Amino acid sequence: MPGEASSPGIMLLAYHLPNRLLGLSKQNLSLMSRTAMSLQSFGSTIRRRFLESEALRGFGLLSPTLLAMVFGLAMPLLILFTLSFWLQDYVDFIKTFSWKNYSDFFAKPIYGMILIKSIKISGVVTLATVLLAYPMAYFIAFRVQKNKLVWLILITVPFWTSYLLRVFAWKVMLGYNGVVNSGLKSIGLISEPLEFLLYNPFAVTITLAHAWAAFAILPIYVSLEKIDRSLLEAARDLGENAFMSFVRVTLPLSMPGVIAASLLVFIPTVGDYVTPSLVGGPSGIMIGNIIQSMFGKAFNWPLGAAISVMSMLTVTAMICLFLWGTHRFRRKIA
Amino acid sequence: MSDAIISFQGVSKHFGSVKAVENASFDIQRGEFFSLLGPSGCGKTTLLRMVAGFEIPSAGEIMIDGQPMSATPPNHRPVNMVFQNYAIFPHLDVRNNIAFGMRKAGLTRTELDKRIDEALELIKLPGYGKRGADELSGGQRQRVALARALIKQPKVLLLDEPLGALDKKLREQMQIELRQLQQQIGITFLFVTHDQEEALTLSDQIAVMSEGEVMEIASPGQLYESPGSRFVADFIGSMNFFEGEISASTDSAVTVQTPVLGEVKVTGSDAGVSTGQQVWVAIRPEKMQPVFSDPGESVNTAGGTMGVSAYLGDRSHFYVHLPQREDPVLVALQNLERSMTHLHKPSQPVWLQWASDAVVVLPRD
Amino acid sequence: MNTNRPWWRPDGFAVYAVIYLTFIYLPVLFLPLFSFNKSKYIAFPLKGFTFKWYEKMINSPDMLEALMNSIKVGLTVAILSTMLGLLAAKAVTRYRLPGRGPVMGFIMVPLVIPEIILAISLLILITQVGIPLSLWTVGFSHMLLCTPFAMLVLISRMEGFDRSLEEAALDLGENAWMTFWRVTFPIVLPGIVASLLLTFTISFDEFVLSFFLTSTDPTLPIYIWSSLRFPTKLPPVLALGASIFVISFFVVAFAEWFRRRGVKTDGTSGL
Repeated sequence: MPGEASSPGIMLLAYHLPNRLLGLSKQNLSLMSRTAMSLQSFGSTIRRRFLESEALRGFGLLSPTLLAMVFGLAMPLLILFTLSFWLQDYVDFIKTFSWKNYSDFFAKPIYGMILIKSIKISGVVTLATVLLAYPMAYFIAFRVQKNKLVWLILITVPFWTSYLLRVFAWKVMLGYNGVVNSGLKSIGLISEPLEFLLYNPFAVTITLAHAWAAFAILPIYVSLEKIDRSLLEAARDLGENAFMSFVRVTLPLSMPGVIAASLLVFIPTVGDYVTPSLVGGPSGIMIGNIIQSMFGKAFNWPLGAAISVMSMLTVTAMICLFLWGTHRFRRKIA
Repeated sequence: MSDAIISFQGVSKHFGSVKAVENASFDIQRGEFFSLLGPSGCGKTTLLRMVAGFEIPSAGEIMIDGQPMSATPPNHRPVNMVFQNYAIFPHLDVRNNIAFGMRKAGLTRTELDKRIDEALELIKLPGYGKRGADELSGGQRQRVALARALIKQPKVLLLDEPLGALDKKLREQMQIELRQLQQQIGITFLFVTHDQEEALTLSDQIAVMSEGEVMEIASPGQLYESPGSRFVADFIGSMNFFEGEISASTDSAVTVQTPVLGEVKVTGSDAGVSTGQQVWVAIRPEKMQPVFSDPGESVNTAGGTMGVSAYLGDRSHFYVHLPQREDPVLVALQNLERSMTHLHKPSQPVWLQWASDAVVVLPRD
Repeated sequence: MNTNRPWWRPDGFAVYAVIYLTFIYLPVLFLPLFSFNKSKYIAFPLKGFTFKWYEKMINSPDMLEALMNSIKVGLTVAILSTMLGLLAAKAVTRYRLPGRGPVMGFIMVPLVIPEIILAISLLILITQVGIPLSLWTVGFSHMLLCTPFAMLVLISRMEGFDRSLEEAALDLGENAWMTFWRVTFPIVLPGIVASLLLTFTISFDEFVLSFFLTSTDPTLPIYIWSSLRFPTKLPPVLALGASIFVISFFVVAFAEWFRRRGVKTDGTSGL
């Protein structure tokens, strides 16, 4: 590589070049032309390096996104973690290391219980959403011949309504003078409205399962659509019936979609607090409500941070468990 | 060295620990149809992409028309490429595909239109200018890719297995057209292929590559008739190999002692061998003449029995079992007469004869 | 497969599909119904047809301001996150990057942590640094959430088209920038449109992040949240919801028309 060995010297020369231009002499002139030549080859070395290094160009393109993510994601999470070891003192923080928030979290069983309840509710919501979505996705992928996109749009149309209004709609459905009660009353099944429909974990579950339906259907649909149809024919050809070729071929191959759908539903619903506060009532409170209150009315940010950290750890552990479980399941049935 | 348009000077390319190209040094002359031939993964495409500028050599330098190219990005190199899948821009019609590279040519609209019409004429697709990319057949896409590159008047046209995606008939037709086109416009073609027949048909010079190294560079005739190594002899066409030892050698002829064929006289071989050396005796299937009655004691003759045979239309292949040799010998015979009755008699005795200048002697380690 | 079925023996899957669609449509369809109901209480029985909530909607400056705030934030976020997503998608699909997996994983993190945690950690950082809360902080938080979505959409579009098209443009003498404009951009355009729509929608509907990071300027979801507590403010909100629904229907119809045009000219992808 030409010019590489002497490059620091050339850079120095390049730095001093303007000074030398002031006192042009014969000697300087020849030095200049030599310098210009070496500079040219130095430039070509840099250029060659840049062309050669895909990584350099790639990370150049990535840098704005990465920068935004470092400032908006890595740093805040780091500060959240730090804050969870501080203490609240009216409007200020006591910035000395302390385990107190974590010991509070474990000492008062309410936090742990609500966290477990949140995970239970989200787990049921995820299971229900995925189980309900799978046949629908299967129908679009395998039974619909043309205009699949129309079906997909049909699925997503209800979700153009504001999330808050969609949640509110279930208040209308399940409320005292709501759709279900009015309907049952008008056909004479009940005389007084049922009061147990709203403001409980069941209302939270059905509302969330409805609100996140599209997030489950789309990934499952994509993974089903990708399956090479000749694989299914091969399974039939090798002697499996329709059901068993579904179990041994279609289902394992669609697992990536099922896993993506499960995560896409589970993670956001664990932390949701809109739904529980609108339709959950006191018994339907979830961990999101606790965190929100720590940053609102209860005004204990460090404790809120500690609860957040604990929630994240638990959710991560659950996800790892889930991924490990599905991995084993997949190996077993295939 | 007189008029090299491309000069590879110790060019290597490593991807991590994979050595895609290892120390390639050779020249391509102006106006040549030059092919890089080798099995897939031999580094021929990497070498081509280094000329185009999509890969930068890990070591060495590529000169195009006397200029070093390592620091020149692809868009400033005086070469153009026909891609393996043609890379026809899907959002542009045929005219705009062909005009793509002419934005900075400084032509007026009418001049450019004229050039495009000429290009369409050249590739025999006049009137196709308004077609969309998805309305073209494989052969038409290939022609558009050619026109798009040639309108730039490159110093070298690079072709990356451009005929690979076409069916056999069309491929043969395009081979002839490509060769005519190259002779008509006189631009150097650098052609990558894994199809040895295609390389033999088209090329002035062929570089045979294997595992990143250039094994041999020669004209098609030379490669076929007097290959320089066992690899090349084996890769190009079919070849029967026999172990042997040089028993006598003069300037014009050598004698090889072989366990299977007995004494073999060789003339016109320039392998530069000396007495006592271990060698391969290599004979092409079509250069062995089958005889069905005992020729008696004669030079360059071996007797055996007929094995399985295959009828290929223009010629027949059959396998002859020789004593003291496990693998049968492949013999090819032109089907000059309509009935080739001898093929239907397996196990009959047969004698093979060959001319002394049909034999290639290659060194053996 | 199911085309020759007699009507009295329908495909089980088709029946299921209809039931499922009913489940996802039914609750949502009651909302526009109540936007035409004379009573200000969202409850049965219905009290008669009226347009007054739509009149109220037009004469509600607070709500319209919230709507404008949401549109402003949504447009800014859509453009910025699509640009970031495009750069990132190009980097990961076009270059051999060391550590590609971890880098992509890092950018995807906003998708896999509960939003409320993203919201409070940003709130802590912003208050600690001392930046005042405003629509800008809301927009920044939306951008973090939207960028991974934009990147995913654009990666799938980028992977769908042949890298040699860009090489061909370079080979024909264009520099990197012009190659982008003349080849990459037109081919990726349907993906860019999809990304803009998706990120705008996410931002427009985002409540949790906005709730924590806004000060006095509400976005539409925040306005809706506050009116959910005051039943009398609700019917005009339902009217607005119904209006937005109809408008987005036309936007999506337009996008689909545009996409079909894209499919026709590139001839490679499609459903």
